[in-house]
Parts: sequence; structure tokens; C-alpha cells
Amino acid sequence: MLENTAMPEPTLAPPQAPPQAFSLGPGRSGGAAPAKAAEPVIRIESLNLFYGQKQALFDINLKIRPNTVTAFIGPSGCGKSTLLRCLNRMNDLVDGVRIDGSIDVHGISILDQGVDVTEIRRRFGMVFQKSNPFPKSIFENVVYGLRIQGIKNRAVLMEACERSLRGAALWDEAKDRLEDSALGLSGGQMQRLCIARAIAVEPEIVLMDEPCSALDPIATGKVEELIFNLKDRYTIVIVTHNMQQAARVSDETGFFMLGKLIEFDKTEAIFTRPKEKTTEEYITGRFG
Amino acid sequence: MAGKLYRFLFLKGEPMIWLAGSGLGICLLMIGGLIVLVGAKGLDIFWPRELVRIRTVDGKAVLGEILGREKASGKEGSSKDAGDRIRAKIGNRDLNGLDYRWIDESAIVSRDVPPDALLLERQEYGNFHGFLKEIRQDGKVVAPGPAGAVAALREIQARVRPAFVRLGETEKRDVGRINSRLEKERLELRNREKESGPSADAFRAESARRSAGLKARYEELRGRLETERATLLAHRVVVTDAAGKEKEFPVADVVRIVAPNVLSVPGKLGVYLSRLWEFVSGDPRESNTEGGIFPAIFGTVLMVILMSMVAVPFGVVTALYLREYAAQGKLVGLVRIAVNNLAGVPSIVFGIFGLGFFVYGIGGRIDQLLFSTALPTPTFGTGGILWCALTLALLTVPVVVVASEEALAAVPRGMREASLALGATKWQTTWRVVLPAAAPGILTGLILAMARGTGEVAPLMIVGVVKLAPTLPLDGVAPFLHLDRKIMHLGFHIYDVGFQSPNVEAALPMVYATTALLLGVVVALNLTAILIRNHLRKKLQTSTF
Repeated sequence: MLENTAMPEPTLAPPQAPPQAFSLGPGRSGGAAPAKAAEPVIRIESLNLFYGQKQALFDINLKIRPNTVTAFIGPSGCGKSTLLRCLNRMNDLVDGVRIDGSIDVHGISILDQGVDVTEIRRRFGMVFQKSNPFPKSIFENVVYGLRIQGIKNRAVLMEACERSLRGAALWDEAKDRLEDSALGLSGGQMQRLCIARAIAVEPEIVLMDEPCSALDPIATGKVEELIFNLKDRYTIVIVTHNMQQAARVSDETGFFMLGKLIEFDKTEAIFTRPKEKTTEEYITGRFG
Repeated sequence: MAGKLYRFLFLKGEPMIWLAGSGLGICLLMIGGLIVLVGAKGLDIFWPRELVRIRTVDGKAVLGEILGREKASGKEGSSKDAGDRIRAKIGNRDLNGLDYRWIDESAIVSRDVPPDALLLERQEYGNFHGFLKEIRQDGKVVAPGPAGAVAALREIQARVRPAFVRLGETEKRDVGRINSRLEKERLELRNREKESGPSADAFRAESARRSAGLKARYEELRGRLETERATLLAHRVVVTDAAGKEKEFPVADVVRIVAPNVLSVPGKLGVYLSRLWEFVSGDPRESNTEGGIFPAIFGTVLMVILMSMVAVPFGVVTALYLREYAAQGKLVGLVRIAVNNLAGVPSIVFGIFGLGFFVYGIGGRIDQLLFSTALPTPTFGTGGILWCALTLALLTVPVVVVASEEALAAVPRGMREASLALGATKWQTTWRVVLPAAAPGILTGLILAMARGTGEVAPLMIVGVVKLAPTLPLDGVAPFLHLDRKIMHLGFHIYDVGFQSPNVEAALPMVYATTALLLGVVVALNLTAILIRNHLRKKLQTSTF
């Protein structure tokens, strides 16, 4: 497990340490392992975001390292989801948004005018708070991203479908009903289907916007296990309301309040010896 | 007191439920009443009734079906009660002039039901009510009546009538084919009129030779058909009416033979079904007051299908732009209001527009460009099924736009975001996710549009629906779908038969029957669309339109 970068393919064997409430994450030591990958994947510099006249993000500076899970926590309306949506420019869809500063992904400034937005979005997988499968078959859901890239070869699609469903730990449950409607799945299965759909296009980074907030504890456990496994191949950024979840799954945590990044550090550090008083108050449940 | 009433009405809420329930009840009652009335009256007319012989005080006798009875209104100034009178269909339009008559009960001397009374439905002059005398062939009596002749008549009619009908169809088809080729020659010739030189002369001579050949074939065909027709028409039936007046006509003219007074219930049912089938599948006779209305059904359905094929893509594309692409603002709001208002414009206005824009404008231009040799006879520059469909499409597009917009708005935002986040472009998202999810709602719009389009009459009267169209718009002659042809339409048929017919009494049952059928067609078209929608909905499961 320590050498997880060398693993050729994520197997679906349960992780050695299943996530438990209030533990500081099963992969505490393993997660922070790729020390050699010091070069950050995403570099956010002095980012300011305005919805019309109202400023929603204030001077955010952040680096996200590869093959880590980075959690954004904070009270509602603190801007963590907004920041997440900046990363794959989903905020473009909102009228009246203005963004200053820069976001570099592998040295490409994605906020530039001339950048192909669809190309950027392809490099990010995104999982939403409310699972949003298309009203199509399970198979068509998973391969949607490939279809829109013009891939028609059935064998290629099938292979990608199996790989993604295995990656999302859904293959065993779904392999016999690939042609059935995705809307017949349970809530947790739907969310894992959305994860499969996101990773089918082989993104570099997976963004998760409160992926477990609509799920029951068992389904949440499965998704968290999945996040832990996916870390081997993807860089993951997750927004969550649930501090225990952040503690369980993430390697680094950013605490946001009122549009400002209050503190960003190793998860262990944030939860055990926060530098800022507000952080401490928040994680000990004094507000939020 | 007022407080109590207020509490009773609004706080308890019970009376409001009753109010809403009774509103629904009244609606259902009205719809049910309409359907029952139209259905009963419309389907009743095909049932064979007894032929009653009525003798009146003035010594006359008639043979008729008794259709109704009512209190005769007393004459002005007379205090005496006039008594009841009965309405009878006495048929024999060629002998009596009118085939419906009111007879005062007081004037009736006797009535009986003669078992040998016959009802002959004829190609012309409506039904004949009377008694069979004999059957002649080439002037000689072949079956003397009355007893033995009925069987002989049935046998001969079963042989002669279908042959006669086939003959007519053959004539229409073959002669039509020769005519269309002659017309082509004529146009070709006219096209090259201005040319001169040896090649043109040669062409002219060739064309004249071809035309002469066609004309010779026409004459030959005509001669052959005439002889065949003469042999078929040589079978003649001689009948007498209730007063003993004699009448002779060809057996080939007899559509159906019914002896209603000796018919068992299954026999009557057979006649009923056969008449019903003729009504649905046959061509009209006697200026539409008898026979079938198949051309009208066909015209209506085909036109509505063509209309949907135009209105749906057009409406959906409009809705897509308004909802998905246009920046929501004052202008789009104005456009939306305009579209909604368009749905409320009186339909005759669309008819006038269709006449001016489609028929004279576009049709006239098409004629000039493509069919100039046929001018001054218009091809597209006159009413036709295409212009009918386009005019109706214009009329129903607002309905489709409004319904489609609602459907698009109801597609969850999350679904679009999921697609966009996977790197899909806006158009890919629209095409692959939003439109399929909105399909049931769009189909709802189509259902509404079809219901409206099927029932519309006013605009169609001026853009191509006619009382009697000689040919269907779809047939076996290339290019198969003749968009320039005029059509018959059920709604217009009702108007025409009911209000433009010289024989109002005779037309009345036809009006009811056609109305019932029009309702049936609307229901059938809607049902098809609803079934498709439900199928889609089942596939999608989420949409709740």
C-alpha cells in the first residue's frame, strides 16, 4: 500500500484499513507518500471571483499536488464549491461572473480567453452533490464522455465501460444490467455510476462537490473507499460539509470562510493542531 | 355570522373540494353528453329499419322508414289541436322529388309492413323503396317477379356490381395515365415551340406521331370499355313503388339490396356493418349525402401528418433557441408574448395569410419557375394539400413552441451540468441529453397541435380543401405524393353536407355520422401520440409532464 504508485491497476480489494468514523483516514501515511511529485498539478494564484457586484472569493492562493485528495471544508456559502467550479470553468455557465487571478493546470493558464473550455473540462472529471445520471442505459451513461468525443467503436466503448465501472466499484452490481435504465439504480449506485462516468474519459483530476451528502452511511462508506482507491490514478479535490469525511479521506485540507481561504495544510495538521483560531472553532463544532 | 361562514368556507376547506369536484363533474357531463349524442345519432343511421306502407286519406300510399314523431304546431288562428305527425324517409327521389316527408297522423288511413318490400340502395337518386317486378336483360324478361326474382336479383347484382365498379376504376386509371402522357407531350411541344431548325421539326413530327398513337390507344380503350359497360348495363331491374308506379334501372346501379321487413337481427347486423364499412371506406355519392367519406378521412389524416412534420421541427427549434441560446431579457420576453398571442389569432386570418403568402406568393412563384409551360393552368399556384398543411402548421407552431419551452425548462440543471462537465459542447448537450429528456413534453405539444389542426376548417376552405376531390393526394402514379392536389377534409365535409346541401333532411344523418367519425379520427391521432409519449416516458422515468 505504501508503494501504491507502482500498482498497475486499481484492484477492488477492500483497503486494508476500512474507513472508520473519527479515524484520521486509513491512508494517513500512504496518502502523503508521493513526496517526489512535488510539482503541483493545480496552482491557484490570487484568485478573486465576483457574482455581479458581490465578491464571492477573496485572494485565494493554493497548490494541489498530484495523486492526493484535497478537501475543501467550511460553512455553507463560504465559496468552497465556487472555487471547485472555477477549476473546470463550470462557473462560465453562471451569468455575470467575473474572475481575476490565475489558475494553472500543468502550466496551462485555464482562465485565459482563448482556451478551449471543452478541452479543459475533459481533463477534469466532476461528480456532483446530487447524482445526475442521464435518462439512458447504464452503458450509455458511462460512455457518454467518449461518445461526445466521437468514439463509436463498440469494443473500445465496452472496454472503457468495464474499466470505469470496475474503477467505481460498480461492475459486479451492474454488469448484468448494462442496458437497463440508469434511473433504476439505488442512490448510492447512481453516485458511483456518476463517478464511473467521470473517470471514463481518463481525466487527470476528479472534482467532487459534496458527493456523499445525499447518501446513507453505507453508500457513503463505499464512495469513500472508492475515493481512497482512485487516489492512485487521479488527483482528487473534494468539497465536503462533513468534517469527519474530510478527515477520513483527504491528505490535505483547506478551510474556507466567507470567501477566504483561512488555512490550508496537511489534513492531520488541520485537525490536530490548527494554526488559526477560527479553524479550531469550526472543527470543534463551535459554529458552522 | 360572517366569521362563521368564512370559517366554514375557507378554514374547513370541505366546500371548496365539493366546488372543485362539481366543476369537474359538469365538464365530464358535457363531454360525455356530446360524445353520446353524436355517437348515438351518427351510428344509428346505418341500422336497417322496417319499411312501413302508409295509406293516407287522399288515396295515396307511400313506403318508408319512420324516423320520428312530433307534435305538429297548430296552424295560425286555428284553436284545434293538430295532433301528431310522423317523419318518414320515403326514398324514391326520382319519383317523389323529395325523399323525406312529414305525414299527419290524422291523415293516415292504414299502415302495414309488407314482407316483400325491398330497399335498393342506388348509385344515383338515393334509395328505392318498393316491390320487385321483374328482371330484364336486353329487353327480355329473365326472371319474372315477385317471388323468384329477389334471389335472381341478388345473384346478378353480386356479379354485375363489382364488375361495374372495377370498370370505373380501370377507366379512371388507364385513361388518366394516357391523359397525363398526352399532357406531357403537349407541354414538351410548347416548351420547344420557339425553337426552329431541322431538329425541332423532327421533334415536332415525332411528338405528333406519339400523340396520335396515344389518342388511338385512348379510342381503342374507350371502345372496349364502352362495350363492356353496355353488357353490364343490359341487366335491368323493374320495380314498382307503393302507389304502383313502375321504374326501371340497371342492376349495376344497385349498391345494396335489403329486404328489411323479413330480416333477422343477425341479418340486420350484417347490413349495419356493411353500411358502416362502406361509410368508412367508400367514395361519396349523390353530392356527398350518401356513400362513404374515405377521401375526407384520408385527406384529413395525411394533411395532419404533413402538418406535424412541419410544425414540430419548426416549433422545437424555435423553443430551443428561445430557451437555451437566447439571452433572457426584454426582447425574448416580447417574442414569447408574441408567440403566445399568435396561438390566439382567429384561424381565418391564417387562412387569408396562407392564400396570399403560400398560394399566390410562393405557389405562384413556383409555377413561374418550374411549371411555366402549364400556365395559365396553375399547379402550385392554387390551393392544395401542401398549402393546407403549411397554413395549419403556422397555426399550430405556437402551441408546439410553448409546450416545448416548458419541457426544456423542466430538464434538470444537473443533467446539463453533468454533460458539460464531461467536455460536451452546448449543442452536444442539447442534442444528446436535453432534447431526449424533453421529448415527452414536446410530444404533449404535438398532441395539442394535432387536435387543433384536425378540427380546423375555416382557413382550409381557402387554401385547398374542396367539396369533392376526384383523386387522392397519394396514389400509384409517380411522384406518388401529389402535394399540389386539392383534398377533402372531414370538418369541411360536415360544413358542406350540413349547410350547403340542397337536400338538408337527407344530409342530416350524414352530418352526425361524419361528426362521430371526425371525433374518432381526433381520438385515434391523439391516442397514437399518447402511446408514443408513454413509451418514451417509461424509458425516461423522470419527466413529469
